[in-house]
Amino acid sequence: MSHNTGGAIIGREWGLRGTIVIVFALLALFILYPIFSVLRMSLTPDGVFSFEVYRSVFAHSRYFLAIRNSIMLGMIVATLATTIGFLMAYAVERLRIPGRQFFRTLAILPIISPPFMFALSVILLFGRSGLITRHLLNLDVGTIYGLKGLILVQTINLFPIAYMTLSGILQGIDPDLETCALNLGARRTHAFFTVTLPLAMPGILASWLIVFVTSMTDFGNPIIIGGDFDVLSVRAYLEFTGMGNLPRGAALAILLLTPTVLFFSLQKRIMNRKSYQTITGKSARRSMLPVPAAATIGFTAFAVVLSVFVIMLYGTIIAGSFIRLWGVDWSFTLDHFAYSWDVGASTMGRTVFLALLSTPITALLGMIIAFLVVRRRFAGRHLMELLAMLSYAIPGTAIGIGYVLAFNGAPFRWSGTAFILVTAYVFRNVPIGVEGGIAALKQISSEIEESSTNLGANSSYTFRTVTLPLIRPAFFAGATFAFVRAMTAISAIIFLVSARWNHMTVLILAQTEILRLGAASVMSFALIVVVMTVIFVIMKVTGLERSQVFGTGAAR
Amino acid sequence: MSRLKESNTAMEQPHLSLVDLVKVFRDGSGSETRAVDGISLDINRGEFVTLLGPSGCGKTTTLRMIAGFEQPTDGEIRVRGENISRVPPFERNMPMVFQSYALFPHLTIFENIAYGLKIRKADREVIRNEVAVASQMVNLVGLENRYPGELSGGQQQRVALARALVLKPEIILFDEPLSNLDAKLRIQTRTEIKRVQHMLGITAIYVTHDQAEALSMSDKIVVMNRGQIMQVGSPEDVYNHPANPFVADFIGNANFLESRITAVGDSSVTVEIGGSSFEIRAERVYDGAAVGDEVYVSAKPEAMDISEGPGDLMGRVDVNSFVGATTEYKVEFDGQFITVIHSNSGGSVKLFHLDDEVAIHLYPEYCRVYRR
Ligand SMILES: Nc1ncnc2c1ncn2[C@@H]1O[C@H](COP(=O)(O)OP(=O)(O)OP(=O)(O)O)[C@@H](O)[C@H]1O
Ligand SMILES: [Mg+2]
Repeated sequence: MSHNTGGAIIGREWGLRGTIVIVFALLALFILYPIFSVLRMSLTPDGVFSFEVYRSVFAHSRYFLAIRNSIMLGMIVATLATTIGFLMAYAVERLRIPGRQFFRTLAILPIISPPFMFALSVILLFGRSGLITRHLLNLDVGTIYGLKGLILVQTINLFPIAYMTLSGILQGIDPDLETCALNLGARRTHAFFTVTLPLAMPGILASWLIVFVTSMTDFGNPIIIGGDFDVLSVRAYLEFTGMGNLPRGAALAILLLTPTVLFFSLQKRIMNRKSYQTITGKSARRSMLPVPAAATIGFTAFAVVLSVFVIMLYGTIIAGSFIRLWGVDWSFTLDHFAYSWDVGASTMGRTVFLALLSTPITALLGMIIAFLVVRRRFAGRHLMELLAMLSYAIPGTAIGIGYVLAFNGAPFRWSGTAFILVTAYVFRNVPIGVEGGIAALKQISSEIEESSTNLGANSSYTFRTVTLPLIRPAFFAGATFAFVRAMTAISAIIFLVSARWNHMTVLILAQTEILRLGAASVMSFALIVVVMTVIFVIMKVTGLERSQVFGTGAAR
Repeated sequence: MSRLKESNTAMEQPHLSLVDLVKVFRDGSGSETRAVDGISLDINRGEFVTLLGPSGCGKTTTLRMIAGFEQPTDGEIRVRGENISRVPPFERNMPMVFQSYALFPHLTIFENIAYGLKIRKADREVIRNEVAVASQMVNLVGLENRYPGELSGGQQQRVALARALVLKPEIILFDEPLSNLDAKLRIQTRTEIKRVQHMLGITAIYVTHDQAEALSMSDKIVVMNRGQIMQVGSPEDVYNHPANPFVADFIGNANFLESRITAVGDSSVTVEIGGSSFEIRAERVYDGAAVGDEVYVSAKPEAMDISEGPGDLMGRVDVNSFVGATTEYKVEFDGQFITVIHSNSGGSVKLFHLDDEVAIHLYPEYCRVYRR
């Protein structure tokens, strides 16, 4: 008999009540209030309520085009990335092609890379003075800037999300089902199309939606390689920061936010559906049928080509760090390192400092919210979960604009401070911790915590001495992700940085814009090295496995 | 003098009382479960009380309300007359031994047992002593530095017990603490629990659906069904004088024979079964019995016997299971199945075979009559 809905009587536990109130206040101040500020700005351009801004946005073909472009790009990338992700997941989890560990690791790499690293290397390879297009093939394939380049870059960037989601789904589908279909006389492809594919369909749809949303809200790639292909996130930034048209920037952010929140909740619903959950994690045995050699060869070749391409993109960044002037002067130099050190060392220091500062706060807050939501009964429990998960769905652009609008003047005058950056990190990344914490707590019988209560411990003592140690892996996974995302943030952060508190990604962007691609390569490379080092240290210190830190589904 | 007075008031005042306790669960779709449906019960100091009943009858829910994990929908829980509904669970000092033991997997046995003492900010020296005493009491010495995962089920169970006992509680709660143990260990451990509880004079509330456990351990058994109390009494009481057919069936696995009252005398009632009459003493018959009433005559398997016959009630052997000292027969009689336990002791052991015609002997002095 499980008592999942259980939870102690709160009664006169003032510490617990206080915590609940504080958490609600924080969520309201740092998630709801900024979004409300964006909405207010877009609806009251001159101090009075009107839909004028929205009308003008839809009337001007330039903004309308940006909306259309974002949706088109999202749909194309979602379809390509999900297809590639599925093929990779099927090859690794089902066909068990050789080199599985390698492919799994490779799929994680793009997640820990700076947001536009691939755009940078694609420019180096295929750009105006690109190594491949210009120098090896001497082709003039037209410009890589624009839709073509964006599709390429985002697909490579986002297929790991699809891969992570779908490999979780495929692991959950009992291989015996397929075996059984074969046993009943189905051919192998027939079994795939009638059994495995339909069972994986909800996951495929969910993955499509999440990639779509991520593509639409992506800022780093389009601003670097988008060229004339205007998308919403970049347009909102340019209007808001470049032109100083705050109402229009706000309206565009709201137009970006609406579909993402919608699609995101749709995705959540699909993933939470019972019918889907009943097929997960059943088979203890991992017996697989012998795979036809042709299939193994085909899929392996596919995985190898993909991997070689991804590795080549990384290699390009490393090479670009040592080459004097890409496309013109191929001589070896360390000048870019010297320059990057001069320009970027202090920014790197501050970026790492703020990321490290926000990491434990994010992870701890995530665990506290998970504990409250799963283990304590209070009015507004579901609302708290919803609010905490909401910032997952809100595009960084909307958060960035919201923070600028909300915390720019009395009573919250925080713009340009380190504080506003840290809060942005914390509240943008807390959903990962909350989700991980909730999943971990649901695995642990609530009786263990109840017995702590029963022996005399109040909620805070129980949380510290029992809950937290038990969900330690979730805590560190949440922390690792919070760190990675803080280090690779750009879409929200670009609105919030100041001369004093700059962020590495913003600096790299600036270097790219002034065409110092060598320095941009060095800094991107350095960022990856720092992130990997910290992850490595966390895993060594905590003794956690990679799979515990980067579980499936954590890709978001 | 004053001591006498004190013990007198203690006698008058129950240690723990449940007053019209109700718990209604509402699930997402809005449907209601009355898990506990109006329970009133007084428990005296030092008493070992068992809540006994079939699965889903509300035992755990009752216990969890006492511990404070569930808020009663209605009614009161009183300790020495004082309503504790508003007292949070961590201030109730009623340690509970969970069915799953709920040991802290990340703490050693020592730390598990010391957990409650640490919260109460006891001295390190005191903690060490108390833990040692408690470990000794439940035979756990030498295991203090292990983790729960490194203990057998029985040992874990004793850690859970020690962790509760070390707090020297006045009330201790058990939720089917033995159901994860094998049969032999179960009997051994129940003796141990009973011994320690008695020695320390703790009031114990013990939830089980195992009647043997309830009968052997309890001072008082509370038989529950569907959230309500069916009967409260000593083990002898509920076993020998079940208040209704449910208790008779649940406690004694009694047989129920359909019957009719043919005569009501001053001190006895006559019933008719299969054409034969049986006279049953009035105190074993419900109040207000009248001629013509449709009734059940209940008889426990050991209150009946079978022989080759001839006899008044003739039946056919349907199942025989030889279990050593006794053989349990299921006999078909008049379209009903009756369970009879036949003793195999004595010289001439007669085993009946399937489909044998046998005579059923009913001993009216052990039968009870309930309204049908
Ligand atoms: N948290 C809950 N939400 C909804 N219904 C519940 C909840 N807890 C218990 N119930 C229902 O209340 C009834 C009584 O449950 P309870 O756990 O008290 O039974 P029990 O007597 O302990 O049974 P068992 O011997 O199987 O442990 C059951 O019908 C159960 O489904
Ligand atoms: Mg129970």
